[in-house]
Amino acid sequence: MPINSFKEDERTVEQGKVKTLLRLFSYLLAYKKEILLVLCIMLFCVGVSLMNPLFVETAIDSHIGTGDFPGLVRLILFALGLNVGMVLFTKLRMHIMNRVCNSILMTIRQELYTHIQTLDFHFFDSRPTGKILSRIIGDVNSLKDVLGNCVTTLIPDFITISAVILIMLAKSPALTAASLCTLPLLGAGVWYIQTKSHSRWQLFRKKASNMNAFVHEDLSGMRIIQSFHAEKETDDTFYQLTEEHRKAFVSACRINDAIGSVIDFCWGFSTAALYFTGIVILGTDKVSVGTLLAFGSYIGMFWHPIMNLSDFYKQLITNLAAAERVFEVLDTPSEITDEHATGELSSIKGEVIFDRVSFAYSDAPDIMVLEDVSFRIKPGETIALVGPTGAGKTTIVNLISRFYNATRGHVRIDGQDVQEVTLNSLRSQMGIMTQDNFLFTGTVMENIRYGRLDATDEECIAAARAVNAHDFIMKLEKGYDTELSERGGGLSVGQKQLLAFARTFVSMPGILILDEATSSIDTKTEVLVQNGIEALLAGRTSFVIAHRLSTIQKADRIFVIDNKGILEEGSARELMKKKGAYYKLYMAQFTQATPEAAQ
Amino acid sequence: MKKVSSYIMEHFWGYLVAVLCLIIGVALDMLSPQLTKLMIDDVITGGRLEILNYLLLGFLIVGLGKCVFMYVKEYLFDVMSSKICARMRRNLFRHLQGLSADFYDRNNTGELMARVKEDVDHIWDGLSYVGMLLIEVTVHTALVLTCMFRLSPKLALIPTGAMLFCGILAIFLERRLDKVYEEISEENARLNTVAEENLAGVRTVRAFAREKFEIRKFLSHNKRYYELNMKQSRVFVKYHPLFTLVTKLLPLIVLLVGGVMVMQGETVGGVPFTLGSLGAFVEYSNNIVWPMEMLGWLTNSFSSAVASNRKLKKIYAETPTIRETEAPKLLPCVKGEISFEQVSFRRDNTEILRDISFHVSPGATLGIMGATGSGKTSMVQLLQRLYDCRSGRILLDGTDIRRLSLGQLRENISVVTQDVFLFSDTISDNVRLGKQAVTDFELVKTASQAAQASEFIEKLESGYDTVIGERGVGLSGGQKQRISIARALAKRNPILVMDDSTSALDMETEAAIQQTLNELPDTTKIIIAHRISAVCHADEILFLENGRIAERGTHKELLAQKGLYYETYQLQMGGAIYAD
Repeated sequence: MPINSFKEDERTVEQGKVKTLLRLFSYLLAYKKEILLVLCIMLFCVGVSLMNPLFVETAIDSHIGTGDFPGLVRLILFALGLNVGMVLFTKLRMHIMNRVCNSILMTIRQELYTHIQTLDFHFFDSRPTGKILSRIIGDVNSLKDVLGNCVTTLIPDFITISAVILIMLAKSPALTAASLCTLPLLGAGVWYIQTKSHSRWQLFRKKASNMNAFVHEDLSGMRIIQSFHAEKETDDTFYQLTEEHRKAFVSACRINDAIGSVIDFCWGFSTAALYFTGIVILGTDKVSVGTLLAFGSYIGMFWHPIMNLSDFYKQLITNLAAAERVFEVLDTPSEITDEHATGELSSIKGEVIFDRVSFAYSDAPDIMVLEDVSFRIKPGETIALVGPTGAGKTTIVNLISRFYNATRGHVRIDGQDVQEVTLNSLRSQMGIMTQDNFLFTGTVMENIRYGRLDATDEECIAAARAVNAHDFIMKLEKGYDTELSERGGGLSVGQKQLLAFARTFVSMPGILILDEATSSIDTKTEVLVQNGIEALLAGRTSFVIAHRLSTIQKADRIFVIDNKGILEEGSARELMKKKGAYYKLYMAQFTQATPEAAQ
Repeated sequence: MKKVSSYIMEHFWGYLVAVLCLIIGVALDMLSPQLTKLMIDDVITGGRLEILNYLLLGFLIVGLGKCVFMYVKEYLFDVMSSKICARMRRNLFRHLQGLSADFYDRNNTGELMARVKEDVDHIWDGLSYVGMLLIEVTVHTALVLTCMFRLSPKLALIPTGAMLFCGILAIFLERRLDKVYEEISEENARLNTVAEENLAGVRTVRAFAREKFEIRKFLSHNKRYYELNMKQSRVFVKYHPLFTLVTKLLPLIVLLVGGVMVMQGETVGGVPFTLGSLGAFVEYSNNIVWPMEMLGWLTNSFSSAVASNRKLKKIYAETPTIRETEAPKLLPCVKGEISFEQVSFRRDNTEILRDISFHVSPGATLGIMGATGSGKTSMVQLLQRLYDCRSGRILLDGTDIRRLSLGQLRENISVVTQDVFLFSDTISDNVRLGKQAVTDFELVKTASQAAQASEFIEKLESGYDTVIGERGVGLSGGQKQRISIARALAKRNPILVMDDSTSALDMETEAAIQQTLNELPDTTKIIIAHRISAVCHADEILFLENGRIAERGTHKELLAQKGLYYETYQLQMGGAIYAD
């Protein structure tokens, strides 16, 4: 799958609107009791609202018209009582509904986040971080109103509409028919608008996501932008992206805003139809003023919920696209799971076996990265992996820590297939150091403790000492309590590497993997770090990937990786004697190392 | 910071048309109770059937008119608010880009993203439907009240009082919600930050199997976000039913008082207050109900926009610490002569560099070595004016860089940073960064060849048009470094800085790149490295220790000194013993 950039729209899978809706509303099922209570309250409230025009009718026809003052007061007081009660219930209803909606929002967000934690690297590598973020934050947030309104608008408004129709029918079927004559027109109009605007709102979401992705990259790469003086260029790009975003919005609005117009037109037409029917067809003698007035009122009561429903509908179309984006992530399957795990990996002794392992990335199954690789590593051995870029060194260590599954063959640690143990038990025993080490915001101490959450302060400091990080940490403003900003900002790349080392150290891994881990550390410190590693990890299996052959001379065995497999293996001395690929590599490095050597 | 009102004034005519449409729409809306009154009083009660057709036509025209004017109004509000907010976002973005490195040291990406996205969105809501409805509510209420006063000034006092009550209530509510929304906006930014870090550091999270820890961390913020939203809900629920209560009571009280008036046969301006008038009045009070109910909701969204605007103001209050002088000097052509004169630099009360002096002639090469954290990268950042030095001065071609234009200074220095940063864009656009317009494809290719990158790039399916992942995900460390070198070389600047930028390359590639550098006689080169092999050809090598120059000289001189440089040399050559 090609990589998606901030310039391109994401491709989303069509999921079906009804399916998405049902799925969204299924979250409400967890709150049956609350929803039931809310519905009861709403039923009462709708009842009171429906009775209000009746009060008006009775008041005018039988009290004011006849001059019955005490009757009028009694009626009004009764109505007042009901309305105050309704307001109090409304308060309760709003509170419950807000709690339900906010809870569901929290649940969906947490579900999404938890699911993302299980997704394969491919998911993260193929799209900008800003686009994933906009799903977790923006898209989830926009579901809030839809959820709340679906209970507080959709259901009561349907009840109101049905009740109004029933009352009107009971009073006069002819007038009812006249009042509702525009309903088919309304339905057709709204349906047309929604089919048209749905895809436009989808586009709007995608543009928002592009914009978010760009802002994220721009902010995280600000130093580069400023140092290349590229502000003008990024400004122009941002202009483009905001313009696309804006245009997508306006194009969606152009259609969506027409919903109100359709309703306005239908409303006017039906009112005219009502009076025409009432006066011309039925005749004034058959219809009382009160009835006509009440009908006018009912038409209002009929169209208001329709207006509300259309607003809700508008909101629904706008935000359905957000729900689709959220569910799409939730439906993304993960390849690396605990599905076949039969148990935990017990404490690692350190034997690693590759049994005829082949590997190809799932998006390019024809290009084999490793083919039929077999080896056995004894507990406590140090293995160096050398070879040209892209030969598969990193792939081998990625298979051991099961960042990827072997396409064929088995990877075994202490006799157990890595696919048959839980990921947590496997990875928590691995110490993996890569070129780019990510530090989190938080104190230096918290960052070291990330390696083992129950490590004491003393253990963390001991680890820092072992990798020679203690001295520079103590020079920081607050020592171990110094707050690091994002990605360890404020520290040099070498210092970050040292901290990451300490973090790996404190985890006391059963197997240690160093992938170019000391590339940014000066030679003197590097020697100290290596001594520290040797002392603390004596007897542990380790894998070292390095370009500088000078750093791997002490390895028990060196694997030269090339051509999808192991080309040569043996100790440094053996390989030098063999005068093969390793020898060539070594001589090339040595002659280029210094002017003296070159002479 | 440009005020929101001045953005609005830029679209004065658009808004004027929109508001006019709104007034016409609302006025048409007002007509229907009048039509109802005529219908009842004249046609039904009075029996004047001849005007029936006009009245019916009236209802149709009202419907049609509303349909047109309200659409135009809504669409115009959407268009203009979208324009304003796109402008606001761009201005905010430009302001952020202008802020100096120290601002980015202090602020998290996730938080700033939330400002650019969510907070501007809230203001957008405020300007589009919230603003529109607020105006509509006001116009509507004013018109209804006028009509009511015409029907009966006495009776109209009741809805006027109710409106006043709602208005005051709205002001109270706004004040209370404002604070809560500020907290919500804050927490939203934090949520964004936590998620951003987790996504960016996904490999580290997985490597340590810390998924559960991360999920718990997110949950605590997610919960806090929930609680703040519930806090908002509690405030809102406390006030909003009061709006509803008023709206429910109003028609009933009007009916009671109006009913008494009809029964007592009161007159308004000599004309008796009829049953029809009361009917119209009741319909008017039904008409005034929704604006009042709406007021609560609008206040809610309005508070959110106000709170977000305040957050933006805070960012606008930040000013760049690195600024050009008022009349920056423009060098006719940059030769590339660099001098540091007793430069010292501190950051967060920690001394980074002290008393650094050196001179590099145009075309010469300076090598810099030193322990981790000894201040090597800071020297480059000072040269680019990402930070300013505390004391001493830095000269480019004999001019203090603080007197030069920032643009010219930075445009003439190409830096290959230690932390490679690539954009999720095509390789070719990445190489062209900073000079997109003037870098042709040939130059991209030449630079990539010189950086030893062309071979692997050409093997990729789409070659130079291959889109790479954010920060170059999907490429190996060495490949990223080579693209980053190509990016710097493509600028053909008089000054090239390589900050430990060959660490992930194998020796052969490094040697080939070294060869390329030697072929750039007119380029001043500053090479920071840990490997002797990378700096040994330099005209002068500085060896830093704790922010000071501990040793300096050529490769030979330094070896003869038998100091730190010599020690490093011994360590690096140690492995060579086997070759004997």
